[in-house]
Amino acid sequence: MADILMQEELFEEEDTQKGKYLTFNIGTEFYGIEIKYVTEIIGIQVITEVPELPEHIRGIINLRGKIIPVMDVRLRFKKPFREYNDRTCVIVVDIKDISVGLIVDSVSEVLNIPEQDIVEPPQINKGFNNRYIKKIGKVGSDVKLLLNCEKLLTEDEIVDINEAL
Amino acid sequence: MSGQYTNEPMLDIYIFETSQLVEQLEETVLSSERCGSYSSDAINEIFRIMHTIKGSSAMMLFNEISNLAHIIEDMFFFLREEKPINLDCSALTDFVFESVDFIKLEIEKIKNGDNADGEATYIIDKLKVYISQLKSNNNIIIEGKNTKQESVKTQYYISQSSSDKQLYKYNYKAKIFFEDGCEMENIRAYTIIHNLKSITSDIKHIPEDIIENDDTIQQIREMGFEIIFRANQSYDEVYEFLMKSLFLKELMLTELHDDGDFIEKSIKAKEASDSIKMPIIQPNQSVKQNNNTDSQGSAAQGFISVPVGKMDKLMDLVGEMVIAEAMVTQNPDLKELNLDNFNKAARQLRKITSELQDMVMSIRMVPLSGTFHKMHRIVRDMSKKLNKEVELVIIGEETEVDKNIIEHISDPIMHLVRNAIDHGIEGKDDREASGKNKLGKITLEAKNAGNDVVILIKDDGKGLNKQKILEKAKQNGLLHKPEEEMNEKEIFNLIFLPGFSTKEAVTEFSGRGVGMDVVVKNIGKVGGSVSVDSILGLGTTITMKIPLTLAIVDGMNISVGKSCYTIPTIAIKESFRPKASDSIKDPDGNEMIMVRGECYPILRLHQLYKVKSAREHFHEGILVMVENEGKNICLFADELLGEQQVVVKTLPTYIKKIRKIVGLSGCTLLGDGSISLILDVAGLININV
Repeated sequence: MADILMQEELFEEEDTQKGKYLTFNIGTEFYGIEIKYVTEIIGIQVITEVPELPEHIRGIINLRGKIIPVMDVRLRFKKPFREYNDRTCVIVVDIKDISVGLIVDSVSEVLNIPEQDIVEPPQINKGFNNRYIKKIGKVGSDVKLLLNCEKLLTEDEIVDINEAL
Repeated sequence: MSGQYTNEPMLDIYIFETSQLVEQLEETVLSSERCGSYSSDAINEIFRIMHTIKGSSAMMLFNEISNLAHIIEDMFFFLREEKPINLDCSALTDFVFESVDFIKLEIEKIKNGDNADGEATYIIDKLKVYISQLKSNNNIIIEGKNTKQESVKTQYYISQSSSDKQLYKYNYKAKIFFEDGCEMENIRAYTIIHNLKSITSDIKHIPEDIIENDDTIQQIREMGFEIIFRANQSYDEVYEFLMKSLFLKELMLTELHDDGDFIEKSIKAKEASDSIKMPIIQPNQSVKQNNNTDSQGSAAQGFISVPVGKMDKLMDLVGEMVIAEAMVTQNPDLKELNLDNFNKAARQLRKITSELQDMVMSIRMVPLSGTFHKMHRIVRDMSKKLNKEVELVIIGEETEVDKNIIEHISDPIMHLVRNAIDHGIEGKDDREASGKNKLGKITLEAKNAGNDVVILIKDDGKGLNKQKILEKAKQNGLLHKPEEEMNEKEIFNLIFLPGFSTKEAVTEFSGRGVGMDVVVKNIGKVGGSVSVDSILGLGTTITMKIPLTLAIVDGMNISVGKSCYTIPTIAIKESFRPKASDSIKDPDGNEMIMVRGECYPILRLHQLYKVKSAREHFHEGILVMVENEGKNICLFADELLGEQQVVVKTLPTYIKKIRKIVGLSGCTLLGDGSISLILDVAGLININV
């Protein structure tokens, strides 16, 4: 009996997180990230640079005693660097037990995007940020690019190493 | 969150307590054996420990453990009462250890969530034989046992009822059956006894050990619960009294007519129930005993155990508090205000927080003594089995290592000690023949050396035979280099290769050729290294170097541009402000500096790590000379910021996955919450070489 209750609770918890996306913007584009990955959102912190890292890894920050790397999503998407201001946020995500802070221009809101409003990204476009985009969500007349978090962290390490060579 | 820490709390406590008791027991037994006799204190302590284990195991329904503990308890009870003279200490110790090992194994099973399904019967049988031997050796025949019990019992009667024995007029015998399926018959029986104590203090019952022994449930179900007691109340009163008991199915109450009958019956009762020897502890006695154990327990060790997860959390919280404190006391809003009282209070706060921080950091550090002392047992067992005489010398056991590291190194140390006894130390005759002391010596030494803790395992045995090692390596196809080109160190290092074993015969303890490479692998896991040194005929020394990955180091903070770096103070030889003219450049552009007639290479940190806006002119910055394994190098930095103790944290795994950064061993949090990168001096020197 208790088990069933617990399971129901679990489902419920999953349900409440399902279909919810934290949206943020970089430049003029809006991106969405599944809420289940997000641990917290903090303002920009003092970043300690770590040498010899790819440019988009800005360094490490001290998040209440925990040291986590921060990645500038702008630079990750090969956009020009923009000075941080008081709108700049760090979204702390936890993906497969790896905590990383994502630096974004600004965080907007948590949106509920129902499944029928989510479409596959166009296949013809071989643009650079296509591989980070999992799905595209429609909210009213706006379009949110839904990120594939796991790819964001791993995908192009190989490229980096090649660049280094 | 909390579920993580409180997984079946009863079981956790049981496991924790029992393992501690077992450890304590081992220590007592070992020290007793070393003295060659069991003092009455030691016997009492072992008795007490076994009693506790018996009780708690029975409570948790680990019957095999409880039975075993029971028989050992019996044995020590016998020793305590009879004080036999011709006692073979070492045989006794063997028995205790065998039982302790069994309990340990079961506990391990329980810890891993398996069933504690071991059979203790053979040990118990052996113990029974041993006890009866002991008894016959001491001229106590089986009848003697009975008389002894009787005497114990009568003593007990006198002592218990001297004041009110005469007051009881009637003797009763009651047989009680409980309702089927009422469960916990032993507890119900105990309740009745407890109630009866309000009208009498003279009670005997069968079975006896209803509380300690859950098997009695069955007995009560089948044969009923029998009580023999004296009271002043009349038959009817007593009958009514007993009928009030809960779940009572059947009551047979008879009045016995003389004292003799009573005592005889109770003796019979004693004989009938087979687990006796211990008089029932009356409540006041047991309270006293409990008090004793408690006070002894707290005096013996004022320790509590805390889950490491909570410790980590505490450390993070304290770190946060230090930052918060800095934010308050150095708040920009307070600038240019004259706040005498505030400053005073802030100073006090700062002092307390820094003390708190130091304390929390030191809590994680555990001395090696526990790990080292465990080796006594191994040395004893092995030297006995192999018929060698070995003495274990421990030096520097107070050296502290982070808790996590201790867990990783205790197995390797055990392996190495076993190896030393089995392969290193020669047999007694060989030793005498080569003019050595018959007593072999193994030294276990720990010391701090720079950023590492060094653990030496030294034996004065026969040493490593280079020729033999080479041959063996050739046989096993482990040789990848011409023999002549190998130096001594390389040859010795062959023994660390997987699949290498010089010992022809595989013994119980070592020689399967898995030991050494497992040692290297385990030590490697915590970032340490193992090396071996040996002189033929004089002995072997194995050196383990373990880094203080999570440990506290004294560090010198330096700044380069906006970045802050920390150099372990132990590596720093000196720092000085150079003159622009001091620098020498070779044609390749490498910079060097002449200090007191010696020439050292210069490494500019800002160049290495491409830090912007650093001071590039020689006379503006500072040179820090660092040393590692005899090699020196001068690091050029902007400024020295000061010295402090820092906790080494590893870089985030994500960064480690991307790239291994040369010359960085980790990072640390500074007092103001900013992060400093810790330089790995050995790595830096190697880039330059």
